[in-house]
Amino acid sequence: MARLLLTGTLLFWILAAQPSRAQESPYFVTYDHYLEEPGNLELEYFSTLGTQRAGNGFHAYWIEFEYGAKAWWTTELYVDAQSTFGDGTQLTGFRWENRFRPLKREHFINPVLYLEYEQINDADKIVKEVEGHDVETDHAESNGLARRTLNHELEFKLLLSKTFRGWNVAVNPLATKNLLPSEPWEFGYAMGASRPLTLKASPESCNFCRENFIAGVELYGGLGNTESFGLHDTSHYLAAAVAWNLPSAWTVRFSPGFGLNGDSHRLLLRWGLSREFNGFGEQVSRIWERLR
Amino acid sequence: MSKGRVLILGLCAGLSVSAFMVASPAQNPTTGGRFDYSELRNVPEKVRRQTNPVDGDPTAVLVGKKLFGQHCAECHGATGAGSKKAPSLRVEEVQQAAPGALFWILTNGVVRRGMPVWSKLPEPQRWDIVRYIKTLKSTTEGSTRAGAGPP
Repeated sequence: MARLLLTGTLLFWILAAQPSRAQESPYFVTYDHYLEEPGNLELEYFSTLGTQRAGNGFHAYWIEFEYGAKAWWTTELYVDAQSTFGDGTQLTGFRWENRFRPLKREHFINPVLYLEYEQINDADKIVKEVEGHDVETDHAESNGLARRTLNHELEFKLLLSKTFRGWNVAVNPLATKNLLPSEPWEFGYAMGASRPLTLKASPESCNFCRENFIAGVELYGGLGNTESFGLHDTSHYLAAAVAWNLPSAWTVRFSPGFGLNGDSHRLLLRWGLSREFNGFGEQVSRIWERLR
Repeated sequence: MSKGRVLILGLCAGLSVSAFMVASPAQNPTTGGRFDYSELRNVPEKVRRQTNPVDGDPTAVLVGKKLFGQHCAECHGATGAGSKKAPSLRVEEVQQAAPGALFWILTNGVVRRGMPVWSKLPEPQRWDIVRYIKTLKSTTEGSTRAGAGPP
């Protein structure tokens, strides 16, 4: 009953809200400094198809609810799942992410503070980031075994980003701490560059105009942990990425990523679909007012 | 109730509260909840003197109108007359403002008062929007107009 009520309320909010045209970056792993517009909700679905040596390939996927709480604060809830071919399908956990913009104006480099709480098990394969000594063989374990280990982690990122003459360049160092005291701090990085195919817009609303496409490249990987810091014994990826922002408020993303060393998956093929809705906050506010 | 369920309910409650927070009109401490356009006065002089590079482009207004509809109308209203979320752009303060000042506000936002930065839109597109805003019919409404939110 509670689930039905929750689903119904969510659907009501989504249907009552108006779609809003987004200008989304093509990145899957890297973050730029742009936050969700206040009061808007973005619903996102992403997939990662991964090859696996010494094991079965997988299709990992996640849903994001991204909400602009303020112009300087975006909060996001992720629900992760995966299907390992020849093994099984399962939910692998959730993440709660918050991004805060400390400076009120644009600067030469724009920092955003990122804080995330994760409750995911070892079967999680979305590879939303690489941290510590994450390697391909971590994902070779069967779902039945991997799901027995549940991790509670805090993740911190410093999102540094700059847009100049249409080019966005973003660099994200990260640090993660498993809440078990015995676990070390783990580190990683992500960086990306992207640009719209053209900077000039056309007067007509169109689906296939070059202005609707943003192309880019991402580089991400691990940096070891406090006991063994560095680029060795971890995985690194280079990925091309493209976003297609449609006038109907849908965004389609696609990204083939390639492992750069023997510890990486050979191929991570990603795609995503998202839609932004404005007025979500107002709808909640109205319900809140009625309840009071 | 399990810890997981408590946490999920907490997350839902947190999202709802933050949604309520953002939907509440921003209060201006100096005007008792009325909006003013003071941010326009904070624009650096050098930026204010910039001319609009698309002024001579006959398509700029059309492009600006399209982009305004896609990115600005949800808060400022389809005609730029303002809404509960953001003020009118048809007032004298905006219509008399230098194009460079409007471009600067669009680029930097007024983050503490609800307007996001729009530097993610390429520069020519931001100038197109400024060009379109300047074509909106001016009204006699001024900074004493009741409303909420930044320009």
